[in-house]
Amino acid sequence: MTEYLLETKGLRKTFGRLTAVAGVGLELTEGTLTAIIGPNGAGKTTLINLLTGLLTPDTGTVHFKGEDITRVPSHGRVRRGLSRSFQIMNIFPNLTVRQNLLLPALARRGRNLHALARLEEETGANAEAEELLREIGLWDHRDVRAGALSHGDQRLLELGIAVGTRPELCFLDEPCAGMNPIERQTVLGLMRKLSGQRRTTFVIVEHDMDVVFSLAERIIVMNHGEVLADGTPAEIRENRVVRETYLGAEV
Amino acid sequence: MDVGPVASAGRPRILTPGRSAIGGLILALLLLPLVGGQYAQYVAIQVLILSLFALGFNILFGYTGLLSFGQAGFYAVGAYGCAKLLLLKPSLLFGVIGGTLLAGAAALVLGVLCIRHTRIYFSMLTLAFGMMIFSMALKWRDFTGGDDGLVGIPRAPLEIPGLVSVSMASMGRYYYFVLVVSLLAIGIAYRLVHSPLGLTFQGILDSEGRMAFTGVSVRAYRLIAFVIAGLYAGLAGALLPALENTVTPPVAHWTTSADPVLATLLGGIQAFAGPIVGAFLFFMIKDIIVRFTEYWLIWLGIIVVVLVMGFRGGVVSLATARWRALRPGREGT
Repeated sequence: MTEYLLETKGLRKTFGRLTAVAGVGLELTEGTLTAIIGPNGAGKTTLINLLTGLLTPDTGTVHFKGEDITRVPSHGRVRRGLSRSFQIMNIFPNLTVRQNLLLPALARRGRNLHALARLEEETGANAEAEELLREIGLWDHRDVRAGALSHGDQRLLELGIAVGTRPELCFLDEPCAGMNPIERQTVLGLMRKLSGQRRTTFVIVEHDMDVVFSLAERIIVMNHGEVLADGTPAEIRENRVVRETYLGAEV
Repeated sequence: MDVGPVASAGRPRILTPGRSAIGGLILALLLLPLVGGQYAQYVAIQVLILSLFALGFNILFGYTGLLSFGQAGFYAVGAYGCAKLLLLKPSLLFGVIGGTLLAGAAALVLGVLCIRHTRIYFSMLTLAFGMMIFSMALKWRDFTGGDDGLVGIPRAPLEIPGLVSVSMASMGRYYYFVLVVSLLAIGIAYRLVHSPLGLTFQGILDSEGRMAFTGVSVRAYRLIAFVIAGLYAGLAGALLPALENTVTPPVAHWTTSADPVLATLLGGIQAFAGPIVGAFLFFMIKDIIVRFTEYWLIWLGIIVVVLVMGFRGGVVSLATARWRALRPGREGT
């Protein structure tokens, strides 16, 4: 029997009379870069919120590496190897760029509780943060307050925080939103690199079809809280229903 | 926000303006009993006590983003706890350490309930629990002495069994005891806010959601900050009985909870030294205004309002900004 990296069954979430996610069952396989697409209000972000513990489903289950994590809080899921970035920027704006990346490195090493150690003495976490600073191209801004960075750099930093916990599965909610082409290439390059080097499996929610079709190995199309289609980019491109309801003449 | 030593990495200088000021201040505090009378020592002890009280409060407020209006409750647990222990066994260390730990334990129990909420709901819960402790101080006559409080508390000697026994009968000796304890506690707090734990608190203040997604239980760390603030409030309270020889219910009143808030706002929430400078200003302003009017709190209120509206960073940030403006191109501390 195949053990999926993440598996959901009958996942459902309603907000009053609105059904945001309507009984979604899906399996994510290790190493497959997956994109979730769909029109606004399709339930993509709600689905990610359910998978990462920000929301609790009304019904249904979420299993990660075979373990039922449906009721596990977000921080517990991160410790098990899940991570994410947010649609609305979520960094530590008043800390320096370096400190932004130091926090996930400290957490991964279980060092947050150290009350009398100097930050400089955290050599392992500092080295990890510095390596990541170079990887995301923000080394020159390392001592700048994160809130003072440009929008694109803040997006890169958020990606850095998300991968700083060394996740096995990382959800990125519109990682390229508001980025210029150079920054976008940095993000895509970093995702490819981390997929190979650290065996991080990425799942992205993205509206930019160029990004989706150039990067994803699997595409899940959502509409009205349900999975409308699921397949390879070629299969999705040829899917008549998807073309009619979402893609139109884009691809 | 003081973003810690990592942000200010640069060429190390042994004698920075900040270090010189701290060295000068410690020297002045050490020499105080030689140049000042009993009243000066008494006021200095009060300033040190409020400094510790406000420093703990600011770890919770300025570093973690939780505004507590109930810190007087833990201050009172420290004071009453220490007083009861001193009446039981006249040993200063026993009383002070015991009172502090009792306040920490109270903060742990009440913190579990309070930290489930944030913002105004957290503040209101702390206020309610603080007032419950005040009611206990007032009504549990058998234990607290009710309205009259606990009286006749000895300024017990500083005893370390088998090692040393120093009489604390004179104000000067007790002043030195409080000074050493305060410097130690301030040093620990400084280390703490510049440690991984301090950075974690600042991360929670900045973005709770992002912090949870680094793999940290935000609630657990809020509780830790709450207990630390409780321990500092308890230590501050525990230094009071031996000074006053009495503990009465007003130490638990919500207006006492306002003292560290006002001191911190005066000095500045964004600087480590803010609450300490604020505590000093609090007593200076009080001491000066009280000579002209009994309504000193109104004038203190006006000063705080002006500072909050005009200089949100408080006096320390204002002074730091002025210093940097005067010496462009040079880093302060």
